[in-house]
Amino acid sequence: MTVMTYRDALNQALREELTRDESVFLMGEEVAEYNGAYKVSRGLLEEFGPKRIVDTPITELGFAGVGVGAAMAGLRPIIEFMTWNFALLALDQVVNAAAKMLYMSNGQYKMPMVFRGPNGAALQLSAQHSQAWESWLAHIPGLKVVAPGTPADAKGLLKAAIRDDNPVVVLEGEMLYNTKGEVDENPDIVIPLGKAELKREGDHCSIITSGKMVLVALQAADQLAKQGVNVDVVDLRTIRPMDVEAIATSVAKTNRAVVVEEGWEICGIGAQVVDYIQRECFDDLDAPVVRVHQADVPMPYAKNLEKLAKPDAAKTIAAVKRVMYLED
Amino acid sequence: MATKVLMEALSPTMEEGRLVKWLKHEGDPIKSGDVLAEVETDKAVMELVARGEGVLRKQLANEGDSSAVGTLLGVIAAPNEDISALVNSAGPTPVPSDNTPQPLGKAADPGDVIAKAKEFEGVTSIPAAAVQSQGEASTPPQEQERRGHQRIDTSAHHADGNGAATPSGRPRSSPLARRLASERGVDLNALRGSGPGGRIVKRDIEQAPVAAAVATAPRTARVGDYQDIPLTQMRKTIAKRLGESIGPIPTFYLTVEFDLTRMAELREAMIAQGAEYKVSFNDIIIKATATALAQHPEVNAHWTGDAIRQFNRVHIGMAVAVEEGLITPVIFDANEKGLSDIAAEARELAGRARERRLKPEEYTGSTFSVSNLGMFGIDQFTAIINPPEAGILAIGAVEEKPVVVDGDLVIRKRLRVTMSCDHRVIDGATGAKFLQTLRRLIENPLMLVF
Repeated sequence: MTVMTYRDALNQALREELTRDESVFLMGEEVAEYNGAYKVSRGLLEEFGPKRIVDTPITELGFAGVGVGAAMAGLRPIIEFMTWNFALLALDQVVNAAAKMLYMSNGQYKMPMVFRGPNGAALQLSAQHSQAWESWLAHIPGLKVVAPGTPADAKGLLKAAIRDDNPVVVLEGEMLYNTKGEVDENPDIVIPLGKAELKREGDHCSIITSGKMVLVALQAADQLAKQGVNVDVVDLRTIRPMDVEAIATSVAKTNRAVVVEEGWEICGIGAQVVDYIQRECFDDLDAPVVRVHQADVPMPYAKNLEKLAKPDAAKTIAAVKRVMYLED
Repeated sequence: MATKVLMEALSPTMEEGRLVKWLKHEGDPIKSGDVLAEVETDKAVMELVARGEGVLRKQLANEGDSSAVGTLLGVIAAPNEDISALVNSAGPTPVPSDNTPQPLGKAADPGDVIAKAKEFEGVTSIPAAAVQSQGEASTPPQEQERRGHQRIDTSAHHADGNGAATPSGRPRSSPLARRLASERGVDLNALRGSGPGGRIVKRDIEQAPVAAAVATAPRTARVGDYQDIPLTQMRKTIAKRLGESIGPIPTFYLTVEFDLTRMAELREAMIAQGAEYKVSFNDIIIKATATALAQHPEVNAHWTGDAIRQFNRVHIGMAVAVEEGLITPVIFDANEKGLSDIAAEARELAGRARERRLKPEEYTGSTFSVSNLGMFGIDQFTAIINPPEAGILAIGAVEEKPVVVDGDLVIRKRLRVTMSCDHRVIDGATGAKFLQTLRRLIENPLMLVF
């Protein structure tokens, strides 16, 4: 095990898979000469050359479509979006081409490709560049969606995504790239898609979350533990397909759940999680499930308002206390 | 507009209250929220608060008086307002005092009081807790749950449990609380919820007094031929612990040896009357067992999983060995049948059992079973309980043995019987008492005609 950043864990995953399989290539804005806008692809051009690490013009729809064509022709493209906010321009290729190709070609064309990049808010990037798209993407049959919250999960899930024969969306985080954690350097370690992980164990309440919010949940769990409240932190890791069994097992144990997500409330991922809980755990619930999410507004630019709008540990703690019927 | 001061239900169980002390006097100016009086409830001394403004025009109850909930205690009104109709029409009934006219009628709970008060249009003195609980109860639950996490309403935690019913009158409770309550036999209506809006939650069930459970549990329903005895906590624990110890049916065994001297005399006497009076030991034992079971319904019982079913009729299953195995045809109402009937029926059923010509209804429905291996020379054995029955008797061979009677060694006909008991239903002493009765019948078979 080696301690490394989330950024380096992704870099290692890319390097290992590029080495392992010659049909894998990386394409996107600034991924080659500039080593990636967030340096995730640092050193890869040097190592694998311009045919495998491909810079593109600023044309998200165009290079996403090139990726779809390459996948149809038998390659395994990794399409990097500088941020998922820019990927809105490419959604027709993601949703209408990549997600549906296998189905609409009657199984003739597999789509072994990855769309990846940072998702959600960083700091003061304002309304257009601070959006969390997981519910949009997870809504689409034909796509798989992963949202790793730790370096180890980032490496293992990206590798699984590259090896999967379906289009897989990998949601990273600008605020996650510098976070550190232990990562297994064994190139054969792959984290299976669709498997949640219990990041922390406690009997009082389940916090169900994914991606960037895993760190928020763990922070909340630390503070709650000091007050004698011990929570399960269920890291979904894969948003679609979702590990319903892991959710149900935890909630059946704790009888209470809080769902923390980065995006907006309406039709968010948390709504889906709550639906699974009410279906699978109705007789186990001692309190209505409470959701923690971004305020229902475009992300404010002002620092103080941005802080108020984002889900955080304090809001998570308040939600846990609410489902536990504890006075704040 | 005049405001009535009513005796309020200041605790969920309060039906009447004693006015300890007036803190305002007739003629005092009153603002909404002023404490008018102290009232002693069944639990504590509480403050009675004014909800209207004006002057305390009339005190209708004296200090020390006890009044039913809903009784008019006073009137707040403008200084020159005519309150005579109010004072005369809606007269209170202080329980021990006689200085007040006819009753307004007892209100069942604060909600009723408030509803009645609202009909009068005058604002009543409503205790703060009651107002709040009423408010909570009338807030649509979706609205409560829709509030974002940023706005956690902790005031709900103080809501009175009595205000926690849904519009249908069902107490609010979490799904888990309902499940736990039903598992433990706790009556939700007897609890006060500590959750928002008085919701009954898990901790309320866990803290529910045993008495609450016991008070509602033993509701024995007589359904025709049997009654289900709800399981007490002790019975549940016995069932669980002993089941863990031995298989799914925690069986124990009681062995007795009966003296058959008199039974043998009876049998010989009957045979002497003619072949048609010939009965076997087994027939007499079945008759004696059925008679004893009728006196011990706690043994004539089934384990149903969530209750013990005690039967008011006695149907004896009689194990019969057949070529493929065994089957237990049933002698229904064996306690009410004569020996000759039992003998004839047993013979007939056993015969058809060996020919495999029994109808299903002839080998189902037994309440207790008897197995006899005496004809094989087995002097003693244990039989396996036929669930859901709670017991079975294993009858050994009738043997002549030397025994001591009144200090003399004599030879007597003896019979060894072992009873297998399902400990979830039958305790050692219960089984032993049944066997005492059985001994009296078998050793004194004339009792069977009693």
